[in-house]
Amino acid sequence: MEWVIETQDLRKTFGKQSAVDGLNLRVPRGSIYGFLGKNGAGKTTTIELLLNIVRPSGGRASVFGIPVTDLARSTEIRQRVGFVSEDKGLYPYMTVGQMIRFTRPFFPGWRDDLERRYLELFNLPLKKKVGDLSKGMGSKLMLLLAVARGADLLILDEPTDGLDPAAVEEVLRELVSLAALNGTTIFFSSHQLPEVEQIAEHVCIIDRGKAVVAGALDELKAQYQRIQVVVDRELDEPVRWVDGVVKVRQEGRMFSLLVSRNVEAILAQIRSLPGASTEQFPVSLKEIFLESVRTN
Amino acid sequence: MIVRLNPSSGIPLYLQLIEQVKHAIETEAIRAGDQLPSVRRMAEDLVINPNTVARVYRELERDGVIEVRHGAGAYVRDSVVSRTKLMRKAQGVVEAAVDRLESLDLTEDEVRRLVENELALRRSKSEKR
Repeated sequence: MEWVIETQDLRKTFGKQSAVDGLNLRVPRGSIYGFLGKNGAGKTTTIELLLNIVRPSGGRASVFGIPVTDLARSTEIRQRVGFVSEDKGLYPYMTVGQMIRFTRPFFPGWRDDLERRYLELFNLPLKKKVGDLSKGMGSKLMLLLAVARGADLLILDEPTDGLDPAAVEEVLRELVSLAALNGTTIFFSSHQLPEVEQIAEHVCIIDRGKAVVAGALDELKAQYQRIQVVVDRELDEPVRWVDGVVKVRQEGRMFSLLVSRNVEAILAQIRSLPGASTEQFPVSLKEIFLESVRTN
Repeated sequence: MIVRLNPSSGIPLYLQLIEQVKHAIETEAIRAGDQLPSVRRMAEDLVINPNTVARVYRELERDGVIEVRHGAGAYVRDSVVSRTKLMRKAQGVVEAAVDRLESLDLTEDEVRRLVENELALRRSKSEKR
């Protein structure tokens, strides 16, 4: 297995503030990877580290196996990575057409076919000034510029932020289609759980600069369960749950367990409780997310 | 084939899709010999990950529901039809059982939970063996 993005114990501190705190990421080639976290969890800083916009305070990060801090090979990375950021990085005084013509020469692998396709699909007005575009249109232009350079990897920071639901669906469909057609790896950050659940194959939930949950989405949904237990009588002492119980809520004789693995052993433990009846429920990504990120 | 997926549920998308394809065959919305859309087409239509669709087709092929002819697409297999008939017969058994349960004043939700628990119990028993 080849990792398109790999980080090991990646760290970034700003003064005393730790933005990324020992992050380990592995993004498989050809996957759609959802990078989830609350605002301020470290998503954007991680992306800036991957693009070498900021320098790591510790640890390592590589893209296509090339260390991001290897300046001699940074052009190689830049040619193969398309990037869409929250604060766009477009020139407001240029028209859409000028912006495209300005960007094109930097990329020898520029795809005229994709440029035309996305101009049409997104209905982008060529003569309009970039500064006069709506937020949604700006995102679409960024996406066009990222895709048309023929990138093998798209790094998208909140790509659907500020788009209306119809436009979100359009962008998601295009991402799916890119992955299917060209095998493009797509790494996108978001705090919109529904869109991540819809198209992502792998997810990582980041909280306070650390990966708290990571894996294939289908596997996570298969592993995580909620188990509800009702016992016969109040227990004399609190239960010391075995490994795999992430969270316990108790109300009188009722327990609600969030379980991430080791289900068989947990069920065995439940059977040892007095007169316990159990029910198992599937768990949504939203529940996994809310239970994994700390609230303050 | 009309497919409705709920990405926000706790059930993995690939399982939802497998169920719905099987259901479409059982209700004869798609029939033996019919061709399923390509992986890419299905992914774009449903706006889900192409690898999810590919996994669904792999598992359906493994279960003998469809046949993937290399480069020519995926087709519903003939042998599935007999399963359809069996399912229709079983439908009668389920109807009778649910009637019986409802006569005990159980709600729809309680019936569903009872069935799911029974299945889960059997699954965990067979896994241990």
